[in-house]
Amino acid sequence: MLSLDDIERQLLQDVADINGIPAGAYNFRVNGKSISRHSTANIDISPKTGRHRGIDINIKSGTKGEVIHIPVIISASGLKEAVYNDFFIGDNVDVTIVAGCGIYNCGADNSIHDGIHSFHVGKNSHISYIEKHYGTGPGAQKILNPTTRLFLAKNSTAELLLEQIKGVDSTHRHTEAELAENAHIVIKERLFTHGRQNAVSDIVVTLRKDAASADIVSRAVAQDHSIQNFSSHIIGAANCRGHSECDAIIMDHAQVTATPALDAQSVNATLIHEAAIGKIANEQLTKLMTLGLTQRQAESQIINGFLK
Amino acid sequence: MLTLNDVCFSTPKRQILQNISFDVSAGEIIVITGPNGSGKSTLAKLIAGVEQPSSGHIFFNDTDLTKSSCTDHAKAGIAFSFQQPVRFKGVTVQDLLFIASTGEQSLYQTKTARIDKYLKQVGLDPAQYLAREIDDSLSGGELKRIEIASVIARHAPLTIFDEPEAGIDIWSFNRLMQVFKKLQKSDDSRSLLIISHQKKLMTIADRIIVLRDGRIVDQGTATKVLPRLEELSC
Repeated sequence: MLSLDDIERQLLQDVADINGIPAGAYNFRVNGKSISRHSTANIDISPKTGRHRGIDINIKSGTKGEVIHIPVIISASGLKEAVYNDFFIGDNVDVTIVAGCGIYNCGADNSIHDGIHSFHVGKNSHISYIEKHYGTGPGAQKILNPTTRLFLAKNSTAELLLEQIKGVDSTHRHTEAELAENAHIVIKERLFTHGRQNAVSDIVVTLRKDAASADIVSRAVAQDHSIQNFSSHIIGAANCRGHSECDAIIMDHAQVTATPALDAQSVNATLIHEAAIGKIANEQLTKLMTLGLTQRQAESQIINGFLK
Repeated sequence: MLTLNDVCFSTPKRQILQNISFDVSAGEIIVITGPNGSGKSTLAKLIAGVEQPSSGHIFFNDTDLTKSSCTDHAKAGIAFSFQQPVRFKGVTVQDLLFIASTGEQSLYQTKTARIDKYLKQVGLDPAQYLAREIDDSLSGGELKRIEIASVIARHAPLTIFDEPEAGIDIWSFNRLMQVFKKLQKSDDSRSLLIISHQKKLMTIADRIIVLRDGRIVDQGTATKVLPRLEELSC
């Protein structure tokens, strides 16, 4: 049984889609402390012993079908923490990792969580990584700065869903990956900002060896006076394929900057980028209104669908 | 059911429609035809509430909708199929058909057999199309069929089709003819208003209205109007 109040339970639901202890391995971090941790026969979670706070997650070769939950909840105003979580994933593994951080701040001081994750993915392994961020509460700023580093061995794949749902006042997201031969990565980012929020996201993928591939798909909505700055950088150093797509809906007085960069270091690298920023098209609103939605409902439908 | 009284529409540069008046009765099928630029699509948009008249009045079931939004027109019972369907990133075919059939937002993936039915009516396999986004991955013909499915799903007392034949192949056009006939059979109080250049479509009309230079220049049954179309330069 987890000792959480109603607000913390709601945050847990929002960022990890669970309302209690899940099956499998987990580590619940609440207000700067690990309040509950569980390892399985194949997945060992242990606290770091060095100067960094966080956990090491060791996943045995051959582990399949398990889900690991490592959510972070902050409801204590003014908490500032940097947490290092390192995943060491064996060969022939297929697992899902659900992370995410929810902050409730009702006080005068900013709450900050910097989550630094590294993934060392073994040969022929596949991971799905889901990370959702959410902020709420009437107090000072909710700040989340995630760093995600991946090292993909031969024939491995990683699928990342990185989502900022709502209420995060400031974020600097840094994602980087280095891929070996025939390794593949799909990064889907969903970013929503409103009010006077600020979001920076930079993604760097290096396709080091032949047959490696990367697909980066970023969708963002910036409302009110919020500011977003997105950059993706794909480096192709072999016979590889990289694709980056950035679409943003801009509304009200928001600002969005998208900077896709391609860096071909081999004649056999095939790299593509697409970027589009624009407001919601009037024809789209009109179509939904002719089906009976109000303008507000039509906007909400388009935004929710776009970020889905 | 629908009454247009002296409806005019102009832009700052030119007069598009002048003194348009006609009625549509329950169960009637009307085809509006005329040369390019005669104001047909603008007229359809005025009736759907997408544009508002510069003067004149539009009544639907005795309610004055002249200055109402397209949401109000939809809620009153008018469905509108666009000549050029809209593409959306993030909105799936299932979302669109759910909204069309309920008039509510599709916040969750609610799948119903009823939604399948509308796609089948336009010759699309629900298993292949429901989860697809309405984006550039769909061809113009597929998009047009989904557009038509979305207005069929509304079960509206008055359905307007703006050039339904545009962008679809002959096989799909023949299916479209069947759809219109089926719509008429399924509910004999349902009215259809079809903007078209296709003579084949005009043969199913109870009445044809001919527009030229923003005015009604002829109207009557297919038997009477079709032979005169050439001399009217349509």
